[in-house]
Amino acid sequence: MSDPKADLFRPGPGPGPAPPEKGDSPRSPTLMATDRISKYYPVQRKLFSRTERFVRAVDGVSLRVRRGETTGLVGESGCGKSTLGRLMLRLVEPTFGRVLYDGRDITHLSQRELRPLRRRMQIIFQDPYSSLNPRMTVREIVGEAISIHRLAKTRADETARIAQLLERVGLRTDAMDRYPHEFSGGQRQRIGIARALAVEPEFIVCDEPTSSLDVSIQAQMVNLLVELQETMGIAYLFVSHDLTIVEHVSHTVAVMYLGKIVEQASAADLYKEPRHPYTRALLAAAPVPDPERKRVRLLLAGDAPSPMDPPPGCAFHPRCPRAIPGTCDHEPPRLEETTTGSQHRVACWNPHKE
Amino acid sequence: MDDAPLLRVRELVASFRTDAGVLRAVDGVSFDVPRGTTVAVVGESGCGKSVTALSILRLITSPGRIVSGSVELEGRDLLKLPERAMRDVRGKDVSMIFQEPMTSLNPVYTVGWQIVEAVRLHQKRSRREARARAVELLRLVGMSEPETSVGAYPHQLSGGQRQRVMIAMALACEPKLLLADEPTTALDVTIQAQILELLRDLQQRLSMSILLITHDLGIVAENAAHVVVMYAGRVVEDAPVRDLFAKPMHPYTLGLLRSIPRAGPPSGRRLHAIEGLVPDLRRLPPGCRFADRCPMRIERCTREEPGLIPVGTGASAEEARASRCWRADEVSP
Repeated sequence: MSDPKADLFRPGPGPGPAPPEKGDSPRSPTLMATDRISKYYPVQRKLFSRTERFVRAVDGVSLRVRRGETTGLVGESGCGKSTLGRLMLRLVEPTFGRVLYDGRDITHLSQRELRPLRRRMQIIFQDPYSSLNPRMTVREIVGEAISIHRLAKTRADETARIAQLLERVGLRTDAMDRYPHEFSGGQRQRIGIARALAVEPEFIVCDEPTSSLDVSIQAQMVNLLVELQETMGIAYLFVSHDLTIVEHVSHTVAVMYLGKIVEQASAADLYKEPRHPYTRALLAAAPVPDPERKRVRLLLAGDAPSPMDPPPGCAFHPRCPRAIPGTCDHEPPRLEETTTGSQHRVACWNPHKE
Repeated sequence: MDDAPLLRVRELVASFRTDAGVLRAVDGVSFDVPRGTTVAVVGESGCGKSVTALSILRLITSPGRIVSGSVELEGRDLLKLPERAMRDVRGKDVSMIFQEPMTSLNPVYTVGWQIVEAVRLHQKRSRREARARAVELLRLVGMSEPETSVGAYPHQLSGGQRQRVMIAMALACEPKLLLADEPTTALDVTIQAQILELLRDLQQRLSMSILLITHDLGIVAENAAHVVVMYAGRVVEDAPVRDLFAKPMHPYTLGLLRSIPRAGPPSGRRLHAIEGLVPDLRRLPPGCRFADRCPMRIERCTREEPGLIPVGTGASAEEARASRCWRADEVSP
């Protein structure tokens, strides 16, 4: 790290090196991985004060996405989940750590060197209203990447490709010459997906792709993403605040709190045996559409602390019902396997047992 | 007290003038809100649920207007009141909280000032008394250190705290009815749980009625006694919450219930989706407004719109339910 400020802060006690590839064999290989990646944002310093303060938006996170699979990333606003997605795509430059794509370290590639990789990695945004240029037709929006990467030989070829993409995402081809405002939220999200698919990516960061949509449309969108994965083998990082939907679409789920991953497991394990008190609180807080169910409330008191001024020790301890005084407020826990060799990992001094 | 409902909305119609003609955002909506209970109005964006709430307080402004119908609060039709009398109703008898607490609070005044304002609008109290009341209200809504937070500006508070302040303002004059329009949609799920818990607790303590506008059936299940399901400006189903979830009697309700992802052992990765889109309110089909997307559609549905007809076996008023479907009895999960 050439940054002279780098020695001002110790890298947070991350979970150690990127999860090794051991015990990996029956599953698909890793496509995207971060290795103890961090993003610190400097915040306005006071006049005459020489100490600069930092927001640790992402703090030493190692996470991987396997080829053709979905890694879900869940957490509340400000936890750093969107920043992590952007770090993977190098849309945000890391302060520390590495990004590995298909085994290759892409952390320090120049924008030019990155360009061929941009074809393989895409992003779908939360808000289909602000992420589509209102002055461009659907043809231009979807076709832009095709022409940048010279994926079509002739204009007719390009038109045919665009038409095919629109059909692929469930839009009619006559949508091509219309503008974004002529479409509903769900349809716009489909346009955003068509744009991402135009370059035939193998990896897509889905940043809250369903949060601004109605329930019935949200289901349509989830099904479309699942279908695209099954037919085209695309890997997703699925970022959302909604644990139920993340569990539904993901193979692996990571729960993030204040810049760090606090628990990570297969979707089934995370639901069956959530170990971290925060994961339990998230699960318990989600309203359940069953009026007969007895409400077992595990209410978290207070708000999440500011990432500018995180509490010492485990960042969750001020809200945690299981915090051990003298331990949890002292030393940050590492993300460790619940049992040796397990894929289920938790960062907690006092996790729930089975 | 008699068991007449606190609020009785009948055949409410509200329309908006647009470039492409007049559309009826709310089209003949009727429902009751009994005393001391929570009634949820649920539906997707554009179904008319928010316009319904705004119409109750006559807060619809041009290009929108209330066309017809009645909104009776304790037997008094609010739509016929002179504007002056209506101003007394707002905040005193009926209050409202909104989705976005940041835009509903004034950024240049402290929250204490804003609550004092709300108190003094309807009650003859000195500034000092009103301020004491503001502290008391902030304590009531669970603000930590209410004496300090009266002096805070909205931007100094988190989203959850702002919503607590909004609730404190709404409760300043102990209204009989609270209209809560997506009160937790902008909040994180753990904060949402806190706010909903607070509303349930306050309802019990103050025995007020709540009309809860939401798109989230999970919130409905946990908070409401009665549910009104809206689709494209119409009430399509109206039922006690348990009955609605146990046996929905409109295909749209069934579709909504089935499209919710449920926590649990993964049961296949696909969700049940309601295919298609909500109809354009300016170009409504002649028959049932849901027919186009309905898996149970028969020929009659595209020709003739069903009325909201009593269904089920409910004997008493609390058990009464109604559905706007020709095949209501055949709907089954």
